[in-house]
Order: sequence, then C-alpha cells, then structure tokens
Amino acid sequence: METVASRTETPGSAQEAAALLRASERVRIRGGGTRSGWGHVTPAPDVVLLTAGLDSVVEHNEGDLTAVLQAGVPLRAAQERFAAAGQMLALDPPGAPESTVGGVFATGDSGPLRHRYGAARDLIVGITVAQPDGSVAKAGGKVIKNVAGYDLSKLFTGAFGTLGLIAQVAVRLHPRPPQALTARGIGDDAERLAAAASALAHRPLEAECLDVAWSDGRGAVLARFGGATAERGAETSATVLREHGCEADVVEDDAALWQRQREHQRSTGATVVKVSGLPADLPKALRAADALGGTLVGRAALGLWWITLPGGAEAVQKLRAALTPAPCVVADAPEDVRNAVDPWHTDAAEPLVLLRRVKQQFDPAGVCNPGLYVGGI
Amino acid sequence: MSDASAVVALIPRLRAICGDAHVVTQHDELRTYASDGLLQYAVTPGVVVLPGSGTEVRDVVRACHEVSVPWVARGSGSGLSGGALPVEDGVLIGLSRLKAVVEVDLDNQRVVVEPGVTNVAVSAAVGPTHFYPPDPSSQIVCSIGGNVAENSGGAHCFKYGFTTNYVTGLEVVLADGEVVQVGGKELDRPGYDLLGALVGSEGTLAVVTRITLRVVPAPDHVETMVAFFESTSDAGEVVSEIVSAGITPAAIEMMDGLAISASEQMAHAGYPLDAGACLLIELDGPHEECRARLDEVIALCERHGGRDLRVAQDEPERQLLWKTRKAAFPAAARISPHYFVQDGVIPRTQLPEVLRRIDALAAEYDMRVANVFHAGDGNLHPLVCYSGPEDAARAEELAGRILAACVELGGSLTGEHGIGVDKKAHMPKMFDESDLQAFQKLRCAFDPGGLANPGKIMPTPRLCGEVPGPFREHPLERAGLAERF
Repeated sequence: METVASRTETPGSAQEAAALLRASERVRIRGGGTRSGWGHVTPAPDVVLLTAGLDSVVEHNEGDLTAVLQAGVPLRAAQERFAAAGQMLALDPPGAPESTVGGVFATGDSGPLRHRYGAARDLIVGITVAQPDGSVAKAGGKVIKNVAGYDLSKLFTGAFGTLGLIAQVAVRLHPRPPQALTARGIGDDAERLAAAASALAHRPLEAECLDVAWSDGRGAVLARFGGATAERGAETSATVLREHGCEADVVEDDAALWQRQREHQRSTGATVVKVSGLPADLPKALRAADALGGTLVGRAALGLWWITLPGGAEAVQKLRAALTPAPCVVADAPEDVRNAVDPWHTDAAEPLVLLRRVKQQFDPAGVCNPGLYVGGI
Repeated sequence: MSDASAVVALIPRLRAICGDAHVVTQHDELRTYASDGLLQYAVTPGVVVLPGSGTEVRDVVRACHEVSVPWVARGSGSGLSGGALPVEDGVLIGLSRLKAVVEVDLDNQRVVVEPGVTNVAVSAAVGPTHFYPPDPSSQIVCSIGGNVAENSGGAHCFKYGFTTNYVTGLEVVLADGEVVQVGGKELDRPGYDLLGALVGSEGTLAVVTRITLRVVPAPDHVETMVAFFESTSDAGEVVSEIVSAGITPAAIEMMDGLAISASEQMAHAGYPLDAGACLLIELDGPHEECRARLDEVIALCERHGGRDLRVAQDEPERQLLWKTRKAAFPAAARISPHYFVQDGVIPRTQLPEVLRRIDALAAEYDMRVANVFHAGDGNLHPLVCYSGPEDAARAEELAGRILAACVELGGSLTGEHGIGVDKKAHMPKMFDESDLQAFQKLRCAFDPGGLANPGKIMPTPRLCGEVPGPFREHPLERAGLAERF
C-alpha cells in the first residue's frame, strides 16, 4: 500500500520523466489517481511520479480528426475542447473529473462507446514513452492509417505503466453525433433478455452503444442511436426488443441511463469483477451474478461485463469457477480482497512467459510500478 | 559449418516433417519464391517447405532454431514491400496449404481460420449475414496470414478499421518453436496487448498458425457513386467537407487525371478523359441513413464543380465502378512500361500540399506520377512511371522523396504495404535511434535469436543481448555488419 511514499516528483517533460525513472529504484506512476486501487497491492515506492506536469493539449487537428495529448490532461477537459468542434474522443470510461488521458490509456479502461468505436487500443495512433533506461521513445505517428514500425502504442496501452511512463498519446477523433435516443427493453427472464440483446447485436443497425444491465432478477437492454436517423434506429430496436418479450420504450433524455451504466463499472466498497466472456454466454453471466447476489452491467455484443459482488474473495473464486474459462479480473475491491485473490486471474491471462520477456526487455530492473501487474510483474 | 551447408544439412529433417513432396530444393522451383509482389527484390531461398499443419510449422521452426537457421514465412506472396523476401541461406515457410476455415461461430461473431485462407474466403465463410471488413485490393489472392503480418487495410478501412481491429486471437509459433495462444474469442485477456504487437509485425516476431477474427453484420444497404472534378484540389476539398460534416463513408477513393485515363483504357467504364480528378464514394448502413447521406454528398460534390455524377443503379454497375478504381495499378502498365507503387500517408488536410510537392518533384525529375488515394484516411499510392531500367534508380529516388514529403507533412512512410525491405532505409526519416531501440526491445522479447524474417523493418541489422542457449557468434557479427546491444 502506498502509505509512506518517500518522495513525489512532477516532471514537466517526457525527458525529465525518463531521467527520474532512470535515477529511481521503484516508481509508482500516478495520473488522477482514480484507478490506483487496481491490480496487486504493492509496497510503498521510493518515488511517486505524477503526470500532472504533462498537461497540455499539444494538437487538436480538427480537419484531420486527430489530437495529440499529454498524459496529465484530464480526459474531461480534452472532451470539452473536442466537443466545441463537434468532435469527441470516443472513449467514455467511468471516471471522476480528475481522471487523466494517461491513466485511461495505461489502464485501457472503456465505457459504452466501445460498442461502436472500439477500445483505447483502437483509438490510439501514436505514443511517446519515458523509459527506465532514461530514453524517450515514440511509435506510430499522428495519422489514422500507419503501419511503419512495431505498434508499441497498443503494447503500452493497458500495460498499467509497467513498461514505462506514457508521456503523450496521439488519438483518432470522431464526429460527435447530434441528437441521441435510446431504445430500452426491460425483462426479468435472463435467457430472453440475452436473446433480445443478441438479436440487436446481429442486426446492421449501427448503434452507438449496446448495453445490458441486471440486478435482483431484472434487467434491461439499452441501444443508443445518434445522428439524423437516430429515431428510426431506436424505433426499430424497440420493436425487436418487444418481439423478444421485453417491455420496450424509447428514451429521449437518455444521459442518466448511460451515466448509470458507466458508474456501475466502479464501486467504492464492494468488489467489481470485469469479465471477458463470449457474448453468447450472457445468460450464464446473469445467472452467476444472481447466484452471488451481484449486479451486472456491460457491453452486450462484446462479451465484456462488470459484475459487482457484495461478497469478498470467496465470491470472486465462485464467479471464476462459474464462468470458466473467461478471464475475471478484479478491478475496484477492498484491499483484503485484492490480497486474498490474484486480481488479474493470471491462469486465464496471456502467456506469462511472454509477458515476462516483454517486461524484461523494457524494464529489466523492475522500476516501473513493480509488482502491480499480471503475474506480479 | 557454413550457413549454406547448415540449410542443406537441415533438408532431410524438413522432409521427415513435411514429406518429400512438400520440400522444394530444385533451383528452378526455388526461384519461383524469390520475390513477393515487389519484383524489384529477388533472393533465392536455401529451401522452401510447404507444411500441411500447425504442428508441421512448429516442427520446422524448432528444427531451424536448433541449428540457428533463419526463416521467412510467406502467405500468398502478394505483399508490396518485400516483406516475404527470402533469406539466401534460410528456409522459406510457405503457408498456402493451411487453408482450413476451422470454425464459424456467428453466435459470437467470430471465425477461426488457418493463415493460408484468402481474405475474400473469410467473408464468404460468414456471409451473407456477416462480413469481414478489411479488404486489401489483392483480396482475391492475398492470405489472411499475410494480412495479419502486414496489418492490411483496404478501401473500406476509413469506416471499418484495419486488420488489427478485427484479430481477437492468434495461435503462434515463436522462433524457439514454442506454440502459444494469444487472445482468444473473447476480448481483453489480462496482460500486455500481445495481439496488438503481433499484428503488423511483418513476420518478424513469430509465425501465425491459426487466427480468430471478429466479423460484423453485413450492411442493409450500399450506395456507390463517382464524380469528376477539374482538379485534385477540388476533389480534396470535397473529401474534407464530407468528413467535417460528420459523414463517415465506407470508402472515399480518389484518382487523378493520369490514373483515370490509365484505368479507363482497361475498364472501359466511360469515364471522361479530360477530368483532373475523380472521387469514388461508397456509403453503407441502414437504408434511410444511406440515402440521406448520399444526398448530402452529391450536394457537396456539385458545390465544388463535380460533374458527370453517376450513382450505381445495380450491383454490376457498382462492380464496374470498383473495377475501374482497382484497375489503376495494373492499368499503369498501359501508360508506362515500368512504375514504382508508393504507399505514403499524410494528414488528410495536407492533401493539396502533398500533391503540389509531388507535381514539383515530377517536374524536377521529368517523370510522370499518377496518383491513386484512399482519400478518407490520407493514404496515397503515387505510381512513379519510368521508361526503362536505366531510369529505375532515379524513379526510386523520386519515390523516396515523395515519402520524405509525407513524413515532413506529419504523415507516415507506409499506410498498408509495410516497411519490409523496400522502406527500411527510410525508417530514420520517421524514427530516431531511441525509437528504433524500443522496437528492437520488442523484437528481442519475441525472437532473441533474430531468426524470424531477418533483415526487414529495421534500417540496420541489430542483435539481442541475451540469446538463450550456448553463445554463438551471429553471421552478421562475424562479418562485422552488426553489433550486439
């Protein structure tokens, strides 16, 4: 636990960050601190490296629909800037206002927009990283289409800062669709609700978001549409939902619905498990959540579900057993839970031997966020 | 043992693994594999093996590892950067026999295939309800394994994304012969994004033996149109306005006057030969949405002097419009006996500036350059025309200067063809030494012995510090051509 961090540093450039990494033994990298409770519980570092000094929107190329952002820029501030031009970074993870671009990319977190626009890995087009050998390296560029060199942007996205510090990212933006409407279908039969979600997922409707929510034996499928023909998409979806036995309506003022979906990916007291499943296994996930007294929100067509459990480590183990072989990663959870179970579900992770070899190359001395990541990397 | 004799000594073992019929050793037959789609480069491999299963691939790679013989994996050999150029004293692993569609799982919108399956066969396997969006122009012949290696794009990637956005799982053989499963049907396996690292790594990290892809519902409706303009800058203005208006067409392709006249000679679509540029625009999605966007696009074209507007009335006409666009490369042979195809990228707003520079360079070199673009994402394919072998070096120099202009304008050396051998010398234009060293770290994590497709991507040969097993001096070290980091 980060109780007695001896020193805090706030580098003002990627070069300064790299020099600090090189001069330190154990560093904890911190953006807005809104996801610092994820991963293994780790001993106090020598240095906490704050990205708050890397706080500029370097470029917003409206005509090219791209932007270059330093890591410490709050995501919300960047979004406000893009919105003024009718654009967005199509990444809407839950997060407090202090949540930073660097933190979102380092953790690979995402929200409902992932349904249409993909994850952080799909939106990043270039990266600049400060490395523990004291150097600054970049990969990719700032154009959307680019296959020059290895795609280190993706490698660093979701790496939780264990390969180096993300100093800057170049991202693809999208037009912000005017006018949004949501078709909502409510039901209390897990199988039928999942079938309704699946029917929408298999139609070429081009929904912005397609989510599911479930608690106390009752749930909803939500399909959001934007743009000139949003109404048509929502009406068609409502019809499909009714055909599958849901009570369906179209919600015009839908912001609160989606805010709730995002918020339920987080918890301050309970344990949240992110499940990487197969879309067709949604009924199984709904039943597992019910059996453990939990609630579920997630991306219906992607098989990504966040299950909030009232119980501790034992409930996590039961959930993993019920959903085997799906990876079930503990996100928000009390420290005793994260100490009692492997939060990363390493048995279901990418090949550990390769993960270690990658870490060994980029951070051989184990300077960056040591012990935090999969397999104790 | 010399390098050449190491390969020769390996042949009996390769025959035992793949069967005599699938090991090519005759010089004449080996020469068939000397080049990929980029014919300027040719190297006859020491031996070619055509394994019939992932297990055979593993055994071949393992055999190579044991005697430190380099190898190159090859799909259909249609790549345009020399990415599948063989190594003289190495093994070429042809994957064309691995062409099974292993599983179609439409419930989960996944398809599992072997690497030798062609791009177009993937869509066929999941159609008509679903399709696989990345569609390189060579899709009828190119293999999905090659697409994974190169992170292939295509005309429709402006809306739909690239290969890397669709690969959810890979079975790969690492250079030491170990088989690992990366990703799966599900998304977000815990751990580093090894899929992201592998896709587009040009066969330098591992060889892929099985691929799981995400597929998407086929659109309800498609509208395809062409419009002709006085100049490429008028057409470029339309592209910018379409994108600014928040319209995301499935494809926006541009050809300049020279490319139009070349294509027309081959496709006979009735295109006006006096036009300075044309745009081919395709919209897909829900019917009503498509029609509404089409009207907006037509209005934008007309506002910028677009003429001879033509909306495909049926599927054969749509195919004809696409055929004319896709004929641009082969058609270049009608206007010039020789040409280089380039593959630069620029930020879309720099289109007028890069065209101005290309014109100036063409004048300076007194050569013709025909331009074909995936205009939506700023991906240029200039065709540098030259008359004979005596001009090849100058044409290549001109092509290189076009790439330099792309990089100067904030773009990239390659949008979809890859670096391969063709562009590795240009890498320092885009990446400095610390960037290249970071690339090398990834390489060393996967293939510390440097046996997988050596000599590609990096501008100068590099070796890894810690190679497992007994120390051996690398041939490049022995020759003084590389040093160990």
